[in-house]
Amino acid sequence: MLDVETRTTPIRVLIAKPGLDGHDRGAKVMARALRDAGMEVIYTGLFQTPEMIARAAIDEDVDVIGLSILSGAHLALFPKIFAQLRAAGLDDVLVVAGGTIPSEDVDPLKALGVAAVFGPGTPMETAVRFIREHAPLRGGE
Amino acid sequence: MTDASVDQLVERFRSGNRAALSRILSHVENDKPAGLRALAALYRETGNAYVVGVTGPPGAGKSTLTNALIRAYRARGTTVGVLAVDPSSSLTGGATLGDRIRMLENFDDDGVYIRSMATRGEMGGLSTAVGAATHLLDAFGFDVIVIETVGVGQDEVDIAELADSTLLLQVPGLGDSIQTIKAGVLEIADILVVNKRDISGADDLVRDLRNMLRLGERRTWTPPIIETLALKGENISGLIGAIEKHAEHLSETGELSQRRERRARQEVLRLARRWLSSRLADILDEPDVSAMLQSLVCREIDPTRVAAEVARRAAREQARAN
Repeated sequence: MLDVETRTTPIRVLIAKPGLDGHDRGAKVMARALRDAGMEVIYTGLFQTPEMIARAAIDEDVDVIGLSILSGAHLALFPKIFAQLRAAGLDDVLVVAGGTIPSEDVDPLKALGVAAVFGPGTPMETAVRFIREHAPLRGGE
Repeated sequence: MTDASVDQLVERFRSGNRAALSRILSHVENDKPAGLRALAALYRETGNAYVVGVTGPPGAGKSTLTNALIRAYRARGTTVGVLAVDPSSSLTGGATLGDRIRMLENFDDDGVYIRSMATRGEMGGLSTAVGAATHLLDAFGFDVIVIETVGVGQDEVDIAELADSTLLLQVPGLGDSIQTIKAGVLEIADILVVNKRDISGADDLVRDLRNMLRLGERRTWTPPIIETLALKGENISGLIGAIEKHAEHLSETGELSQRRERRARQEVLRLARRWLSSRLADILDEPDVSAMLQSLVCREIDPTRVAAEVARRAAREQARAN
C-alpha cells in the first residue's frame, strides 16, 4: 500500500462505460463521489470501445481507470481493454470495475489485472478509499 | 526522478510518443522539477503552432464547436492539439472534466490530441499550467492548438493572452442588447460566434452584436460575426475561413509578433509573481519576521514597514542566488 500522505497532486481518474448497455447512472454517481473526494474525473460516458478507453487513458495520463459495465460482456471486453493498455505501455494504471459482475467472474477479472471489483451496493467510501490507497504515484520530483 | 530519466522522457517525446507527451504534461501541471526540466529542453522547438482560443458561457457549445473544428481541420490535413479546461471545486479541489465526451469521434486519429485540465484554483477561465501545456503541444508538432476555457461569465479574459485568435461563443436568450455593450469578454473577441443559430432569438443576437460593433471606434480589425450550428457542423468552414483571415491580418499588420511579445512578457511576469509570492509566504514564517508580525498585531509598527522588510529580504536572497 502506498503512503496516502505523500501525494500532493490530485488523483486523475477516467470513468468509462465499455460496451453497449445504456445504464450510466452508476458511472455518474461514482464520478460525482470521486470528484467530491478531491479527484479529477474525466468522464467519457457510454459506448466506449477498448481503443477509445486506451486513447483517453494515454492522452489524459490518468492514474486510475474505472470501468462500469452492466451488459454482462465484461469477460469479452476487459481482455481487449487490457491488451490495448499494455500495447500503449500503460502498465502502471490502476484499473477498477463496477456494475453487475457475478462473483464467479471476479477472479478471472483479477487475474487479468483488475485491482478491485465494486458490485452493486458497495458503499461509495469503500471505492473512494480503495482508489486513494492504491492509485500509483507519478513522481517527477 | 533523475535528470537522465527526464532526458529519456524528452527523447521519447521528440520521437512522437504520445504517452511521453502526456506524462511530461502531468509533471508540468503538477509543477514538478521534471516538468520544468523537460519544458526547458523543449522550449526551443516551439513557435510553430497557431493557437485558437474558444471561450463563452457554460452550455454555449464550446466543446461541441471544438469537436467540429477538429473534424474540419483534420479534413484539411491539419493536426490539432486540444486543451480543454473545466473548473476545480473550490471546496474539495476535485473536478469533473466532461469536455472530452463531446470530442470522442477522433479517438483513433494520431493527428488529434485532447487533454482535459482542471483550473486548480486559478481564476480567469484557465489553469496556471495552460501556457506551459501549449508550449508542449507546440513542440510536439501540432499545427493548430485549440484552448477551450471554462464556461465564462463576463470577465474571464486570460485566454486573449494565450491565443492568436480568440473565438467568443454567444448563444441566444442570455440577455438584452445592454449585455453587448459591457466591458469584459466581448472586448477580447477576435471572432464572434453565434452558435445554436437554429433557436429563436439568434437573429436578434446577431443584430445586437452588429450594433455593438458599430458603436465602437473603428479598429484595424472588426470581429466578424459567424453564425454556426456546431452540433450539426453547420458553417464551420465559414468559421475556419474567418480564423484564417484573422491570422492573415495579424501577420500583415505585424500584430502577430506584437501579440507574441506581449504574451512572452505576461508569461514571465506571471511566473515571476508566482515564484515571488510563494517565497514571500515563506519569509513571513521566518522567526524574526514572525516577531515583527506580532508587533504589528499589537499596533507597535505599521504594515508598510513589515512589508518593506519582507521585500528587502526577498531581494537580498535573489541577489545572493545570482
